[in-house]
Amino acid sequence: MLFSTQDLKYSHPGQPQFSFSDISLDKGDSLLVLGKSGSGKTTLLNLLGGLLKPQSGTVILGTADLTKMDGAKLDLFRGKNIGIVFQKPHLLAPLSVKENLVAAQYFAKEKGQNVQSLLDELGIGAKANSSVKTLSEGEAQRVSIARALVNKPQLILADEPTSSLDDENTEKVINLLKNQAEKIGAALIIVTHDQRVKDHISNFIEVKAT
Amino acid sequence: MNIFKLSWKYLTFKPLSTGLNVMLLALGLAIITVLLLIQDQFEKKMNQDAEGIDLVVGAKGSPLQLILSSVYHIDFPTGNIPMKEAIRISRSRLIKNVIPLALGDNYQGYRIVGTNSDYLGLYDVKFSEGEGWIEPFDVVLGSEVAKKTGLKTGDYFEGSHGVSEGSHDHDEHGFKVKGILEPNGNVVDRLVLTSIESVWYTHDEADSTASETAHDLLHQPVSQTGFPKTDQEREVTSLLVQYRNPMAAIQLPRMINSGTSMQAASPSFEMSRLFELLGVGVSLLQGLAFVLIGISGLGIFIALYNSLKERKYDLAILRAIGASRVQLVFLIFLEGLMLTFLGALVGILLGHTFLSVIVSQNEQGVVGTLNPWVFLKAELWIVVYALLVGIIASLIPAWSAYQTSIAKQLTKA
Repeated sequence: MLFSTQDLKYSHPGQPQFSFSDISLDKGDSLLVLGKSGSGKTTLLNLLGGLLKPQSGTVILGTADLTKMDGAKLDLFRGKNIGIVFQKPHLLAPLSVKENLVAAQYFAKEKGQNVQSLLDELGIGAKANSSVKTLSEGEAQRVSIARALVNKPQLILADEPTSSLDDENTEKVINLLKNQAEKIGAALIIVTHDQRVKDHISNFIEVKAT
Repeated sequence: MNIFKLSWKYLTFKPLSTGLNVMLLALGLAIITVLLLIQDQFEKKMNQDAEGIDLVVGAKGSPLQLILSSVYHIDFPTGNIPMKEAIRISRSRLIKNVIPLALGDNYQGYRIVGTNSDYLGLYDVKFSEGEGWIEPFDVVLGSEVAKKTGLKTGDYFEGSHGVSEGSHDHDEHGFKVKGILEPNGNVVDRLVLTSIESVWYTHDEADSTASETAHDLLHQPVSQTGFPKTDQEREVTSLLVQYRNPMAAIQLPRMINSGTSMQAASPSFEMSRLFELLGVGVSLLQGLAFVLIGISGLGIFIALYNSLKERKYDLAILRAIGASRVQLVFLIFLEGLMLTFLGALVGILLGHTFLSVIVSQNEQGVVGTLNPWVFLKAELWIVVYALLVGIIASLIPAWSAYQTSIAKQLTKA
């Protein structure tokens, strides 16, 4: 078992507690997390990525328990082992496409994969040295996927990666995520309410507000 | 890629705001640099020029004017004193040595100073060419005068009346360049030195009243020490006095000021009075500089703080890709420090450039002798000071970067 959670519980201040069903994934597995807005999908994603600390429960990636880690150690572990694709690309504007990926390698202290060949694979190799401001929405999202992949993480988390993309780009992005995750042997978790994604990944859990 | 490079990228990402802040800080620091340089060199120069001169005796008037005209050769002389009276004073047991000066002429704005050879000894000058004056109308040029006018030993030139350029020329008798001095770094560089007799005879001829100045007198050796020998009623402009003992400092000025028609002024006293007067202007400039630096500090703070608001996402992303809180704090501090370090460098350079412009505009004045490209240790403190501004301006932004919660920032949208 590569990635598993148990009895995750979290409550935002002054709101009812979320309790999430357990997840267990192997290398190369993918999972959809479905649910309405406000159902706690994003909270779950934050818990899985170590961005939030649960009130109780464990998140095990490989041999490490994320909930037991803290501070810089957790940050570094996240940088090395978890690639996160956000709803918006959130690229670092002063840097070029390539530099965005190199920065991810620098902070994670990883050599990881060759940046240029990764960009080529994702079809944005020609833009490697352009400013990120010149990218289209779809290109930017692909760069942010490349950034999530660059350190060969064990777990890839994607938060509504397709919500602002058209059908064609949605299909491209989902296939990219799936293929790359399989290629580097990572578990893939996509949080979404996008019906188009369901056609590609059958394995899913549903989050419901309790 | 490293944090330095990342900071630099963020700085250059907003060239206008960064440039403005650097310029503001640089202006403030430039003013401080100029003040530092002027203060250091001016005071040093002033003290150097007045070294060995305990007291100046001259005609009654402003004591400051007397000092400025006789020691630094910048202001107009207060008038002349009868030589008989000067000689009588110089016999006082309180006085070790007296150097008489006769002023009143210039050559292309450089003052012609009639004196004796003791004056050369006072500043410990060395000749780069030729030798001292022997006959009337022999002159010795300061290094700067020689350089600017292009005169060489053996050349003749005519002086003009008055201590500043533009008066009528004494065209009856030319001066002959007998020697040129090595650069000395003090007031002598800007002077044309000659014997007192030369100054007298120039004016005799100009007035054409003293026809009794026999022609053969012009070819007799002049006196090298003490007062020139003459049986006529002659005048000198002032006397540079060296005390024999500390008692003289108390007794001699009072004796001269109350007992004669002359006045005595102490260079050190008058100069400290002058610096006190200038001090108001200097503190005003200093105040302005600190206001500028304060504003630039505030500007840097606002720039960092504002960009931080826009950059909370960026910071959260950096955390998400593995950067720690400490690294983010370091990133923000580094940005402030780079900005102020740049400001300090530009400021110091600007300060020196300002001064060199001022110097090139005032070639013959005292300011003209300042060296704008001397670097002081105190300028390192300017850098330290600027970096402090950078740290203070970055404190709050860095703290807020430390506090940024990744989850909140990234999922807010």
